[in-house]
Amino acid sequence: MKNKKSATLEQAVGRIQDGATLLVGGFGQPGVPEILIDGVCDLRRRDLTIVTNNAGTGHSGIARLIEEGCVSRLICSFPWAKESFVFKELYDAGKIELEIVPQGTLAERMRTAGAGLGGFLTPTGVGTDLADGKKTMTVDGKDYVLEKPLRGDFALIKAYQTDPRGNLIYRKTARNFNPIMAMASDFTIVEVQEDVPIDALDPEIIVTPGVFVDTYYVTGWYEIGKERNA
Amino acid sequence: MSEQTNLLTRQQIAARAAQDMEDGWLVNLGIGMPTMIPAFIPKDRDVMFHSENGLIGMGPPPAEGEADQDLISAGKELVTMISGGSYVHHTDSFAIARGGRLDCAVLGAFQVAVNGDLCNWRLPNQTSGSVGGAMDIAAGSKRVFAMMSHTARDGAAKIVAERTYPLTAMQVVTKIYTDMAVISVTPDGLILNEVAPGLTADEVQAVTDAPLNMDDVGTINVAA
Amino acid sequence: MKGKKSATLEDAVGRIGDGASLLIGGFSDPGVPEFLIDGVCDLKRRDLTIITNNPGFRHGGIVRLIEEGCVARLVCSFQWGLEKELDGFRQLYDAGNVEIVPQGTLAERMRAAGAGLGGFLTPTAVGTDLAEGKPTMTVDGREYVLEKPLKGDFALIKAFKTDPRGNLIYRKTARNFNPVMAMAADYTIAEVQEDVAMDALDPEIIVTPGVFVDTYYVTGWYKIGKDRSG
Repeated sequence: MKNKKSATLEQAVGRIQDGATLLVGGFGQPGVPEILIDGVCDLRRRDLTIVTNNAGTGHSGIARLIEEGCVSRLICSFPWAKESFVFKELYDAGKIELEIVPQGTLAERMRTAGAGLGGFLTPTGVGTDLADGKKTMTVDGKDYVLEKPLRGDFALIKAYQTDPRGNLIYRKTARNFNPIMAMASDFTIVEVQEDVPIDALDPEIIVTPGVFVDTYYVTGWYEIGKERNA
Repeated sequence: MSEQTNLLTRQQIAARAAQDMEDGWLVNLGIGMPTMIPAFIPKDRDVMFHSENGLIGMGPPPAEGEADQDLISAGKELVTMISGGSYVHHTDSFAIARGGRLDCAVLGAFQVAVNGDLCNWRLPNQTSGSVGGAMDIAAGSKRVFAMMSHTARDGAAKIVAERTYPLTAMQVVTKIYTDMAVISVTPDGLILNEVAPGLTADEVQAVTDAPLNMDDVGTINVAA
Repeated sequence: MKGKKSATLEDAVGRIGDGASLLIGGFSDPGVPEFLIDGVCDLKRRDLTIITNNPGFRHGGIVRLIEEGCVARLVCSFQWGLEKELDGFRQLYDAGNVEIVPQGTLAERMRAAGAGLGGFLTPTAVGTDLAEGKPTMTVDGREYVLEKPLKGDFALIKAFKTDPRGNLIYRKTARNFNPVMAMAADYTIAEVQEDVAMDALDPEIIVTPGVFVDTYYVTGWYKIGKDRSG
């Protein structure tokens, strides 16, 4: 059986190159793969497109990636939270492009990519600025925006436990975007608190089948939202 | 009747196809002959089987007393689950099928055309077909291999220049395993890779309705 | 908290009227809500639309509904009834009232309905008979069929356990269509083997949140696929 475990952080994230599109999990702080992000920062990658829900909190996680100049484009649903001051500063300086996507549409676009579909019609955003430039269609008398799939080169996700096949379970609201992102990328990298032996996870409770997982890195428990950069 | 005695059995076709299932693959098997493949996968090779009804990690049939009425394959047979498998609901199962996560689908066929068109869900004379998951799986898999008898019961060729049967998916088949041969479907045409022991390339061409490239023909290694 | 438990089968299915559309769970025998179906047969409803994966060919379950003349229209991915010359199938088919839908499309159409979407683009069935009459679109060079959502007035589903809120878990390959059907109906009726106390189900393992469930009926374990018709 193929070994999916990365012994080091560099092994886990090393194949990410400049210019890649990364789907990064998390809603607020829960579920953000902070250790993997630190790994990408340490590699000093540039020109990344990041797809994620928020624009970062304080100086850690996604905010660190932005602050260290790795990101040229951010696709997210909620960039202007008070705690996303790092992003705001760079955006105002013209150093980062922003695409705002309604949160459900963001999730659905990634699910669509993961499910092999070509697009979907959503009532969300009809008649608003966020439908600008997009095709709208009327079906059975109701208007919809046609949205296209959104795939990443890589998904950086956080899960709770994995088995050797990469079958994943999550923890509470840290689940959020992670399962969908696992499906919507060409290469899925998972940060987990623990790895357990084969058959330790009840097959009924697995949320992400290992078929979607390429490699995992075990971090143990850690306090989220702490700055770890030097 | 020398052709008759030199045709492979269904088990032998399955054994040959099993050789080409690669380590680490997730494979979907169509109902019928393809379901014989798992028994022939070499023991040291890790191949997982996806069943469209929400089972990832389909295992062999249950032992006496081990049967679970809630655990069946897409072919509606009682099965088990292997270590490291999982259960998913139907939208996730078909997200896997349609979303390119199946490395290979091995499907039965009524007809395969030179351009890779697959016809396997309805015969022309059938009143109504039953498509099941065939179209989703054929359209979404990374690779589609066809597994079938080389000719129909009436002797008609099933590998054709242009399909005449109702289509399942356009231009998806890349490999064909029959009781007579192993054939690759390529943009440059059909390549005859191997023939069953005792058959000649010409005998295979005689019952194939499209030209076969015969530059490099081997013999099918028939498992015991 | 409003009680969702139906004390009797008639309580569970009694509100289904003539002409209703029913999403019925199951893939072959596992997951078919056999008791609920028997309940509908006993009510002698007429003119029903049945949406299900495969009606089977034993004289029971959904086939019983068809044979007893309850069904005006059938939508499914797989049927044996015509080949096996079962009563009622021929009439349905000749009247043009059997619609065959690819299984993944069937699942996805119900998911789209449950997810409030207006439709989706699928590569499945492009160029085949089953795309006839449906609009197609080309997106980024690939052709897709535009499919519409499919909802039901009622969903008849089978689950393993429920708590008082209708949170459901399923059992092995009896899961199949049931979760997506629960989402795609105006009124969801669940047949369960057992009901358990509040908090007895770990929230992480719940597959169908109770928000999708209107009522449930407890059957205990039973051997599936037995013909219980009179």
